[in-house]
Amino acid sequence: MTRTRADYPLAETQPDDIIGTRGKRLSDITLDAVLAGGITMEDLRITPDALKAQAGISRDAGRPTLALNFERAAELVNVPQDFIMQVYELLRPGRAGSKQQILDAAATLRSVHGATRMADFVEEAAETYEARGLYTYRF
Amino acid sequence: MTPTSNRWKRYADWDERPLRLDRFAAEDPANGFSAFTSPADPKPGLAISGGRVTALDGVLEHDFDMIDRFIARHHIDVGIAPEAMALDSKHVARMLVDMNVPRADLVRLAHGMTPAKLAEVVSHLNALEIAFAYSKMRARKTPGNQAHVTNAKDDPLQLAADAATAVAFGFDEIETTMRVSRNAWSNALACAVGGAVGRWGTLFQCSSEEAEELRIGMAGFTSYAETVSVYGTEKTFIDGDDTPWSKAFLAAAYASRGIKMRCTSGAGSELLMGFHEAKSLLYLEARCLCLQRGMGVQGTQNGGIDGAPLTATIPGGVRELMAENLIAVWLDLECASGNDARSTESEIRVGAKILPYLIAGSDLICSGFGSILKYDNSFNPSLLNGEELEDYLVLQRDFEADGGLTPLPEERALDLRSRAVEAVSAVFEELGLAAPTADMKQSVTVASGSDETRSFMPRDVSFISEAIKDKGITVIDVIKALARRGFRDEAENLLNVVKLRVSGDYLQTSAMIRNGRITSAVNDPNDYLGPGTGYRVSEERRQGINGIRDVLDQKEVLRSEAMHEKEESRRIRYRNAGAAGPSDDARDIVIGISPAFGVKLFQTTAGHRLSELLSVMMEAIRKRGLVPRIVRFRHTADTSFLGLSAAGLAGSGLGIGIQAKGTAVIHQRGRLPHNNLELFSNAPITMIDHYRALGANAAAYALGEMPEPVVVPQRGEAMGSRYHARTAMIYAIETGLTEEGATPELVEVSFAGARP
Repeated sequence: MTRTRADYPLAETQPDDIIGTRGKRLSDITLDAVLAGGITMEDLRITPDALKAQAGISRDAGRPTLALNFERAAELVNVPQDFIMQVYELLRPGRAGSKQQILDAAATLRSVHGATRMADFVEEAAETYEARGLYTYRF
Repeated sequence: MTPTSNRWKRYADWDERPLRLDRFAAEDPANGFSAFTSPADPKPGLAISGGRVTALDGVLEHDFDMIDRFIARHHIDVGIAPEAMALDSKHVARMLVDMNVPRADLVRLAHGMTPAKLAEVVSHLNALEIAFAYSKMRARKTPGNQAHVTNAKDDPLQLAADAATAVAFGFDEIETTMRVSRNAWSNALACAVGGAVGRWGTLFQCSSEEAEELRIGMAGFTSYAETVSVYGTEKTFIDGDDTPWSKAFLAAAYASRGIKMRCTSGAGSELLMGFHEAKSLLYLEARCLCLQRGMGVQGTQNGGIDGAPLTATIPGGVRELMAENLIAVWLDLECASGNDARSTESEIRVGAKILPYLIAGSDLICSGFGSILKYDNSFNPSLLNGEELEDYLVLQRDFEADGGLTPLPEERALDLRSRAVEAVSAVFEELGLAAPTADMKQSVTVASGSDETRSFMPRDVSFISEAIKDKGITVIDVIKALARRGFRDEAENLLNVVKLRVSGDYLQTSAMIRNGRITSAVNDPNDYLGPGTGYRVSEERRQGINGIRDVLDQKEVLRSEAMHEKEESRRIRYRNAGAAGPSDDARDIVIGISPAFGVKLFQTTAGHRLSELLSVMMEAIRKRGLVPRIVRFRHTADTSFLGLSAAGLAGSGLGIGIQAKGTAVIHQRGRLPHNNLELFSNAPITMIDHYRALGANAAAYALGEMPEPVVVPQRGEAMGSRYHARTAMIYAIETGLTEEGATPELVEVSFAGARP
């Protein structure tokens, strides 16, 4: 369901509906639970659902580009950190020696991680870098 | 022959002013030194074909560089653009300062405007209009502020103490960075712990290398990032080692980790980095800001930032910094509005720079107020620093403006510092990272800056930092360590900050935490529509702002006088000897004292005892063979009238009028009230010898001589600011004792004990 400004802030309006990656509700994350060893960093991560909810709120607040960023982010939540850093590195100028390298990364985002929006975005970068001659050695 | 100067020496005086350390650059658009416009700036323009931008600010799609391309695809709303671009720029400028045009209407139009259009519109506004428009257009209603917390040794104990202090002053965000980049993890842990002392909700970032910063964020130590820089020319962007797409990817990556993020841009960066394309600073920054909106970041840190000092060397540069902040908020971005890198050595320029922001308010007025001393700031000194923090608190009070800070009582500051140092030390011990000694801790708790500490040095810190990283220590470990060692409140506070990322509410535009609750542009939108709307300082907040230290009130004045009363009673006795009449003795000089003189008030504002004053004046008169007579007047407390009334009674026609605060006059019968012989109006700097000379001159006038008037030298001290509050309170005590028509009273004084 699409969230709107009326649902904001989610942590206050629906603490029991915010459920972490491992099934912990926001209201389950207490100091005692941490001390009992039941909480890991995994429970303190945002979820794709939460990001999609925030995207709905942003769009309702008249911030469509922010909403799109949250939607791209939702796709990255479960992408491993190393791959994220790898794609980021590849997108920096001069890192990719050819357009294909970036297109390959986009393909992985799309097929392995289901990150279609982000894959489109990365493909757009690949085209742009070609047009602007960025596939050149820098250091 | 004596050499003569052929220079007006005032210029030599000016040479010595701190201002002359600032250098100024000539306007030179061809070389990038132009604030608002340059011949190379494009005219605003936009072509759309089939729902696609085909020309942007004079560049055809085929020739788009990376920035044009990104703006065309991700910023320009083609549904709004035709309407927005067709509006006359001057008309839009007027809408920005028209309180009746809602913010939302203008934000909508900005979605359809090109960088050149946005720049052209704000160029029509003068500095005052820019500040006003900024106040109307900023996204969140409640203003906030951000602090730098760093030190020259990367000492984690001091970072914790200073973070706790910054939090207590009310900063909504704290930002650290390192002298040595490998110390990032230690800095992050220390500030996270210190920032959890006292209350929860201060967001924290550790500015470091992009990839490392994200890792530190994922370990839970930091809650936001802001050093994601973007630039206004393609070549600068590439030299900055990024592209709009790589930065936008990073923006999504941060959001996917539940970490708040804003970009950084600002005038002068392209000029500093050598690829300015001869464009004006404002136009280039407008490009940066359209990029940022297109990327979908919630906010920006702009207003020059590292380029602010360079921008301030250019004509109109400071106005430009305000204008670029305005474009940011007009584009609906959270704005951490610069006012960080110190752009001048002149304290006047510092005060002038901050004022518009203080009174207009901003999401984060400074994107790095130096909460520490200048030399401890690892970002470089800020516009305002630990040295000047109290000046800023007073500016808030002067203008009844909410600059985000609240005065902090001295004892509370010390308690918090001590608590923070103990907390971070406990974490270090629990996690086997270090064992700070009592001396290290004590030296840090009381230190104003790292010059005074005997604590960790950068090399020690490197071992701690690498251990945190290598052991994979996360914020969960730190929370547990705090709780195990009895820092349960701090553990809870820290957990609350990390929990923010689960719901992601604080990823929305302009989010901060106030009183444990999310406050952002979503639930606290700026609704300014004229007086009585938008942000207003509440009475409670006003009282908080007013609570600076060392405030004088009448009770305090009376308490201080009461202390002196006892001492004076041992030195002098005033005996009322009935009504005082005129004398026909030519040797008679009357000293007219004020109603509260020696009754309720006992010392001058310079701190001289009234007994001593009377004693030296009387002695000087007697030395010339004349006879002083003390008369108390209660019909007036005014110096001139005291003097004139005294002269009226004196057989010599010469009278001295003197108030308890020390203001004195020599007067002569028959003169107009304010046409006296000599006036001693600067009581705070009038010394005992001056009063002695006053007595001698009064005698000389009585003997028909023309003495050299006594000149009390002053060096331009701001007497009013130093003394007038006390003076007014004292004078109210004098006037409170006056009585209309009261007859003059003869006072016999006798000096007891040791002569003063």
